[in-house]
Amino acid sequence: MLIRSFDTGFDHPAPSEITPRAVFESRRTLLQQMALGAAGLTLAGWAGRDARAQMKGPGVLPALSAVPSTVLGTQTLDKPTAYKDATSYNNFYEFGTDKSDPARHAHTLKTQPWTVEVEGLVKKPGRYGLEDLMKWAAMEERIYRLRCVEGWSMVIPWVGYSLAELIRRVEPQPGAKFVEFVTLADRDTMPGLRSGVLAWPYVEGLRMDEAMHPLTLLAFGMYGEVLPKQNGAPLRLVVPWKYGFKSAKSLVKIRFVDKQPVSSWEMAAPREYGFYSNVNPNVDHPRWSQASERRIGEDGLLAKRRKTLMFNGYEPQVGQLYVGMDLKKFF
Amino acid sequence: MRGWLRTRMAWWGLLALGLLPLAWLVWRTLTDQLGANPAETLIRATGDWTLRGLCLTLAVTPLRVQLGWPELARFRRLFGLLTFGYASLHLLGYAWFDMGFEWADIVHDIPKRPFVLVGALAFALLLPLAATSWNGAIRRLGACRWQALHRSVYAVAVLAILHFWWMRAGKNDFAEVWVYGLILAALLGWRIWRRKRHQ
Repeated sequence: MLIRSFDTGFDHPAPSEITPRAVFESRRTLLQQMALGAAGLTLAGWAGRDARAQMKGPGVLPALSAVPSTVLGTQTLDKPTAYKDATSYNNFYEFGTDKSDPARHAHTLKTQPWTVEVEGLVKKPGRYGLEDLMKWAAMEERIYRLRCVEGWSMVIPWVGYSLAELIRRVEPQPGAKFVEFVTLADRDTMPGLRSGVLAWPYVEGLRMDEAMHPLTLLAFGMYGEVLPKQNGAPLRLVVPWKYGFKSAKSLVKIRFVDKQPVSSWEMAAPREYGFYSNVNPNVDHPRWSQASERRIGEDGLLAKRRKTLMFNGYEPQVGQLYVGMDLKKFF
Repeated sequence: MRGWLRTRMAWWGLLALGLLPLAWLVWRTLTDQLGANPAETLIRATGDWTLRGLCLTLAVTPLRVQLGWPELARFRRLFGLLTFGYASLHLLGYAWFDMGFEWADIVHDIPKRPFVLVGALAFALLLPLAATSWNGAIRRLGACRWQALHRSVYAVAVLAILHFWWMRAGKNDFAEVWVYGLILAALLGWRIWRRKRHQ
């Protein structure tokens, strides 16, 4: 007998749907309390868990309101990284290679006016203003794990919408197989461009199905506010199942192409950084292991490293994109 | 200045100065000022101070000879031991904060990150130097053999730069490697130059 499964890997309960263990284990008491009308108090305890406590910025930057996303995988229960850590420990080489450099130097970045040029194999090419782009779809809040190729990770509550919304609007031609992202390279405001670390401008790319995946986010904000400059203001890409460098910052150009783009890191070190760069604990970087990661801000100095998850824990959502591919070869 | 260098105060003063970076790191650790990745900050800072200590230690003899200040000689051991101290903390930081003393992970990590091996090798070469840094050791080994043994600090300098270069190769960012590399090259070059001149 042929047993067919219609489970495409998408039909998993979202973490937010799972009853916390403490609540499950005390369900009988809970029922009793409900009968007594006291459940409201008990439930408030886990409803206001500290995941929510760390989700707001300090209020220095303009607020950017959003509704919690309903896309599966976007509401992780991992504790969000402290805003201070997420905005002081960054890789944004245009402002220097040290992780404290972007927070120090990115204030020179000019984010207004800002336009994004859409070009290539697309029916509606053009230069779109930031204000328009922000209205193209409803802003959603999505809490994503972010795994850097260097072996550390954070949990960031982003604000934005699926890149797919933008792609549908500009109508790619049938020949468009890849999307290339070009980021700002301005010598006057970006001191890091003087170094020859990478070829500027910084370029990234995604396969069309990756770009269209609902988890792929076009982010305009984080922690309920617009993006800080050191985090890639005013708009950036966030691809949670890939190493952080794939999530290009401060986008100025989105290009639809028929050939696989060469990303900046691929160009700099083709043996070390592949086009896909999916988070994969089983495929080590040539110079270090990718099996584990340090979660920034977790339990201080003596915290143990965490095991890195396949596709950064988004395997149920994105695993089917890579079925049949040799991930050691296409790293 | 030269008179002061001969005093006991000078020795204690320089020791205190040499321990200041450590005190600063301890203070920042206790007051949670090490930034988002405290383990990384501690490991990098102790590594930087090891390099600086190495430069300082190797600068003692060229300065002594070129300036004609023999009183500098007695600070060589102090600087050498401070360097060894920071190198030990650097290694401890790696094994403890980065690896959690998981020996299996360390064994797996070393072939992946050859610069770790280079650093460990440099530390292994420092051990006998630190162990024979007291007066009795010089007497027991004989000045000639002691000096021959302590020349391995030149190999430590080369390995330390290789370690730093390899670690920074990931970001193609060699500016600081050049600074330390040129200082150490000048200090080693001076020794070769002097030897050639005396032949």
